[in-house]
Amino acid sequence: MSYKIEIEDLNAWFNAKKVLKDIYMKIPEKAVTAIIGPSGCGKTTLIRCINRMHELSPGGKVSGRVLLNGENIYAKDVDPVIIRRKVGMVFQKPNPFPMMSVYDNVAAGLKLTGLNDKSKLDEIVEKSLKLTSLWEEVKNELHKSGASLSGGQQQRLCIARALAVEPEVILMDEPTSALDPLASAKIEQLIRRLSKKYTIIIVTHNMQQAARVSDFTGFLYLGELVEFDETKKIFENPKTELTEKYITGEFG
Amino acid sequence: MDKLFNGFLALIACNVFVILFLMLYKILEGARLSLQTYGFSFFWGASWEPFPPTPDMQPSFGVLPLIQGTLVTSAMALLLATPISLGIGLTLSEFSPKRLNFLVSFLVELLAAIPSVIYGLWGIFILIPFLQNHIYPALQATFGFIPLFQESIRGPCVLTGSIVLAVMIIPTISAISRDVFAAVPDSQREAIIALGATRWETARMVMSYARSGVIGAIILGLGRAVGETMAITMVIGNSFNLFNSLFDPSYTLASIIANEFTEASSPPVYISALIEVGLVLFVLNLAINAFAIVIVWQTMKRVKGS
Repeated sequence: MSYKIEIEDLNAWFNAKKVLKDIYMKIPEKAVTAIIGPSGCGKTTLIRCINRMHELSPGGKVSGRVLLNGENIYAKDVDPVIIRRKVGMVFQKPNPFPMMSVYDNVAAGLKLTGLNDKSKLDEIVEKSLKLTSLWEEVKNELHKSGASLSGGQQQRLCIARALAVEPEVILMDEPTSALDPLASAKIEQLIRRLSKKYTIIIVTHNMQQAARVSDFTGFLYLGELVEFDETKKIFENPKTELTEKYITGEFG
Repeated sequence: MDKLFNGFLALIACNVFVILFLMLYKILEGARLSLQTYGFSFFWGASWEPFPPTPDMQPSFGVLPLIQGTLVTSAMALLLATPISLGIGLTLSEFSPKRLNFLVSFLVELLAAIPSVIYGLWGIFILIPFLQNHIYPALQATFGFIPLFQESIRGPCVLTGSIVLAVMIIPTISAISRDVFAAVPDSQREAIIALGATRWETARMVMSYARSGVIGAIILGLGRAVGETMAITMVIGNSFNLFNSLFDPSYTLASIIANEFTEASSPPVYISALIEVGLVLFVLNLAINAFAIVIVWQTMKRVKGS
């Protein structure tokens, strides 16, 4: 198996508070990896370390190595902007740009890269919206504000926006927590489809979701990676008592 | 009890309209003589003769040069102040460290608290000598082929007035734009950063998100510039003429009221004409503010997309 991301000796802080402790993790390519754990265990911080967003939070600090395709993204000469183009992110609450149209939302990342060729943009926007099954729903409303869509559509728009720049990895931070069950189901199907082409890491507090969508699961507790394995093994035959207690709902 | 309280609040709120209409009524009443005597020629006339040279002539009043002076100095002040102010607002909300923020915000707000007569004195004793000796000759040497930069250089002139106004409205525009930039949700910044935006691209997104607020800030600044009296009176030269060059002295609506009101006891049409100048200023400012509200409202509607 080939690994897309290798996390080695990763520690992260908010000011003096250590929120991630000595994380080692190997994330397989073109598969869905779920990060589960109770609130405040560091799930979000962990994925924000993978696209160098954590260091932008007030008081955020990181040490250790995160290798993307074998290269440390925290090496001195690495530009975080380049990393973020390779590692896209979808947030907990849908955050389309309300001052931009649906079309411009999807094209936003491309325009940052300097792409201005209209026909090329049209093509990528359509492709990205089709990937997220949004095309049929919005193809006549491309000029409308991104904020005019429903919550579920907004989140798929945000995924399309992330996909448009053709990242290698997509980080998702509880992407369905603000959505209704039907909209969540659509996003989950989408994640499954995308996993054929992309490496996906999804943070979720919903264990059923982790079981449904992921191939691998990591259980994070108080900033430590307690267990990381194939999803099936984690849910059917966890190695540690703590993991078992968490997935059976004894705490969380 | 709730009903009583609501009624009480409604009554207080109504005061705004009462005051507005009372003011308008009083101004109209005071300006009636002038309105009747001069009609529309008051607005596009360009002479100001309260005391005609020969006794058989009637006093004549026309405010076109005042409107020109007011609008041009205000517009130029806006042109000068807006980029600087947006720069300050953006630096404070996006780029500078927190500790520095506090200090700079404090200084900017302090600028707003300086009495305008002090700005006028600063204009006369510091700014004018400096501009007249160093900046204006260079400007003329460079841009002298444009008519706006021709003719002999005076210290107190349209350009000096505009610069002083610009300095005076910078605190207003930068403080408000800082607040509207800071009000842009962090989720929006994270969205664009996660797409691979640089800091500058992020700042551009912030400006675009906040544009209705920015327009509001700019127009509030414009309102302030149009109504500003003391400082501009001290540095614009107070010369009743349609000007051709930025180095010409000029006059503004507010300045002429301040300068001449105390001496305008007779003839009665003189004081009435000055009150009508006030009416023009009042309507101009009302129009600017209404315009601002419409623009802010429009862009908000576009942003919400409904």
